[in-house]
Amino acid sequence: MNIVVCIKQVPDTTEVKINPETNTLIREGVESIINPFDTYAIEEGIRIKEKLNGEVTALSMGPPQAEESLRQAVALGADKGVLLTDRNFAGSDTWATAYTLARGIKKLKDVDLVICGKQAIDGDTAQVGPGIAEFMGIPCITYVRKIEEIDENKMRVHRMMEGGYHIIDVPLPALITVVKEINEPRMPSLRGKMNARKAEIEKWTAADIACEVNNIGQMGSPTWVDKIFAPPRREKGVIFKGEPAESAGKLIEALKEKKIV
Amino acid sequence: MNEWQLTEDQKMMRDLARQIAQEKVKPVRAELDEKGEFPAEIMKVLAESDLFAVFVPEQYGGLGGGCFELCLITEELSKVCPAVAVSYAASALGAYPILLFGSEEQKKKYLPQIASGEKLAAFGLTEPNAGSDAGALQTTAEKDGDSYILNGNKIFITNGGVAEIYSILAMTDKSKGARGASVFIVEKGTEGFDFGKKEDKLGIRASVTRELVFENCRVPAENVIRKEGMGFIVAMKTFDSSRPGIGAQAVGTAQGALDEAVDYARQRIQFGQPISSFQAVRHMIADMATKIEAARSLVYKAASAVDSGMKDVSKLSAMAKLFASDVAMEVTTDAVQIFGGYGYMKEYPAEKFMRDAKITQIYEGTNQIQRDVIGLEVIKESTKKKIK
Ligand SMILES: Cc1cc2nc3c(=O)[nH]c(=O)nc-3n(C[C@H](O)[C@H](O)[C@H](O)COP(=O)(O)OP(=O)(O)OC[C@H]3O[C@@H](n4cnc5c(N)ncnc54)[C@H](O)[C@@H]3O)c2cc1C
Ligand SMILES: Cc1cc2nc3c(=O)[nH]c(=O)nc-3n(C[C@H](O)[C@H](O)[C@H](O)COP(=O)(O)OP(=O)(O)OC[C@H]3O[C@@H](n4cnc5c(N)ncnc54)[C@H](O)[C@@H]3O)c2cc1C
Repeated sequence: MNIVVCIKQVPDTTEVKINPETNTLIREGVESIINPFDTYAIEEGIRIKEKLNGEVTALSMGPPQAEESLRQAVALGADKGVLLTDRNFAGSDTWATAYTLARGIKKLKDVDLVICGKQAIDGDTAQVGPGIAEFMGIPCITYVRKIEEIDENKMRVHRMMEGGYHIIDVPLPALITVVKEINEPRMPSLRGKMNARKAEIEKWTAADIACEVNNIGQMGSPTWVDKIFAPPRREKGVIFKGEPAESAGKLIEALKEKKIV
Repeated sequence: MNEWQLTEDQKMMRDLARQIAQEKVKPVRAELDEKGEFPAEIMKVLAESDLFAVFVPEQYGGLGGGCFELCLITEELSKVCPAVAVSYAASALGAYPILLFGSEEQKKKYLPQIASGEKLAAFGLTEPNAGSDAGALQTTAEKDGDSYILNGNKIFITNGGVAEIYSILAMTDKSKGARGASVFIVEKGTEGFDFGKKEDKLGIRASVTRELVFENCRVPAENVIRKEGMGFIVAMKTFDSSRPGIGAQAVGTAQGALDEAVDYARQRIQFGQPISSFQAVRHMIADMATKIEAARSLVYKAASAVDSGMKDVSKLSAMAKLFASDVAMEVTTDAVQIFGGYGYMKEYPAEKFMRDAKITQIYEGTNQIQRDVIGLEVIKESTKKKIK
C-alpha cells in the first residue's frame, strides 16, 4: 500500500494577519507548524501502513523551509518526505497548488491512497484535496471521519455530515480529506526524531515533475485575490424573555421598530 | 554539565518530555490527582515516545543515555505533574539493580522490555518494620534446590501492581546481618506473589503505592542479582544512581510551582496593581528562583558524576536529593503563599505542588538519613586526608 499524505506548512496562529496593501499573509515573526488537520492525515496514513505494510510519503509544496514540516512527518513515522519547491510555484492558488501536487504524486508512481487534511487553517478553502483528485482522475471523499475497512483494492469510509454520516465504498486509488474526529495523532518518538534528523528530504522542481509552465504559480492561477478584509463581527442576538405571549409581543414590537413587519 | 551544555539529543529529549507534559498530562493532572488514578495512558505515551529508553544502554534496546537523561525527563514531567514523573522514574529505580549488577542474561531478558516501556519496573525494600533501618528486613528467601522461596511483606512500593518486573530485597541468611541480604528479580504473575493494600496519599496521588505480599513464592536461583549476600551493596549503589532523579523530581516540582506563582502574581490585582509589583512578593519570587537554580546545578552535577563512573558518588547523590527536596518544600509552600487564599483551593495548581513536594523529603531515604550519609562521607574524607 503506497500512501501519500499532503501536508501544508502554515503559520502557528488561528488569527492570521493580512497585510492590507499586498493582501498577503504576514508571516514574519510567526512560527510555522504543520497544518493541524494534516497531522490527522499523517496519523491515519501511518496507521494504515502499520496494518497493511507499504510506504507513507509526506508531500508538500512550499518554500525551502517547509522541509522542517516534512521532517516532523518522518519523526512521526512517515517513511520519507518530498518537497516540491521552485520559485515558479510562488503565487499558486488552489487550482495551481492542486495541479502541482498531482504532478508530484504522479512522479511517486503507483500511489494507492492520497490523504489530505479537511482544510488549511490559513487558506481555509478546502479545495486542494478535491482538486488533486480531479487532476489525477480518481475518486475523492471529503470529511472522512473513519476508515472502517481497507485493503489493497478498496475501502469503506464514513463521511461526516451535519447530524450523521455517510458510509461509502470506494475503489482504490482514491483521495480522502480527513476531519479531526478520525483519530488522535501520536506524539513523535525519540527514535523517530533521530531518524528525521538524518532523513534526506527530496526536493523536486517544476522541471523534475514535468509541470506545464502555464499551469503553475501566479501564471497558472485563475484566481485573483482582489481584496481581503475582515468581515464585520456578527452582533450579539437579543433574547426576549418571559411568558410565550409576553415574549412574542416584545418580538413583534422589536420587528416593527426595525420596520421589518 | 550545565543546562547550556546540553547536546542536541538531550535537548530533543527534554523538549519531547515537555511537549508530552503540556499536551497529554496537564489537561488531566487534576482529575488523576483527585481520583488517585494511575496514569496508564500517559505511561503508554511515554513508552511509545521512547522516553523509557533514555537510561538504558543501546545494546539492551535503549538509547544509551544515563542518569542525566533520566533526570532531564523527570524534571520536565515534574514541572507539570510529579505523580506522573515518579511513576516514570520508579521504573528506572526498579531497573537499576539489573543495570548495575545484573548478569548478561538478566540484562538481555529484562532491560529491553523496560527500555521499550512495554513493562514497568519497581523496587521493593521497605517493610513495616524496616524503613530507615533497612537492616531490619524480615522478608526471607530460603534456598530450595534450584530456587528460593520468598516469604514476607513489602509496603509503600511505588508502581506496586502496575509494574511487571520487581527488584526485591530479602534476607537469604539472617545470621550474617547486613551481609545476609540479596536482591531478586520477581515477575508479576509468579505464584505466591500478590498485591495488598493500596495507599491513599497526601500527594503524588496518581502514582500507585502498594503492598507486595510474598507467600511461599518460588523464584528461580538465576534471578538472584549478582550473588547471595550482595543485597545491601546493590541497594546502596542503586540509591546512589537514583537519588539525583528524586532531586530532579524536586527541582521540577519547585519550578512548576514557581512558574504558576509568577503567572498568577502578574495577573492578580490588589491595591490597584499586580501583586508582583510589591517588593515582598518580588523578593519571595527572587529567593524561590535562586534556590531552584542552585538545586538544579547540584542535581545536574550529581547526575553527571554518576554517569562519569566516578567511584564515590554517595555523598553528591545524597546532597542533590537532600537539597533539592528541601528547596521543593520551601518553594511550593511559598507558591501557595503567593496565591493567597486561592492557593489553598484545589481549583488552582499551587496546593497540589505543595502536597506533591513533601514526599521528596521522605522516600529513597529520609532527609535525616541523607544527612547521615553526607556527614559520614565528609568525615571519612577528612580522616583519609590526615593519613596522607
Ligand atoms: C491571505 C491569503 C492570500 C492568498 N492570496 C492568494 C493570491 O493572491 N493568489 C492566489 O492564487 N491564491 C492566494 N491564496 C490561496 C493560497 O494559494 C492557498 O492557500 C493554497 O492554494 C492552498 O489552499 P488552501 O490553503 O485553501 O488549502 P486547502 O484546500 O484548505 O487545504 C486542504 C488540504 O490540501 C493539502 N494542501 C494544501 N496546500 C498544500 C501544499 N502547499 N502542499 C501540500 N499539501 C497541501 C493539505 O492536505 C490540506 O489540508 C491566498 C490565501 C490566503 C490565506
Ligand atoms: C509515596 C511513597 C512511595 C514509596 N516508594 C517506595 C518504593 O518504591 N520502594 C521502597 O522500597 N520504599 C518506598 N517507600 C518507602 C520509603 O522509602 C520509606 O517510607 C522511607 O525510607 C522512610 O521509612 P519509614 O516510612 O519507615 O520511616 P521511619 O524510618 O520510621 O522514619 C520516621 C522518622 O524517623 C526518622 N529517623 C529514622 N531513623 C533515623 C535515624 N537513624 N536518625 C535520624 N532520624 C531517623 C526519619 O527521618 C523520619 O523522620 C515509599 C514511601 C512513600 C511514602
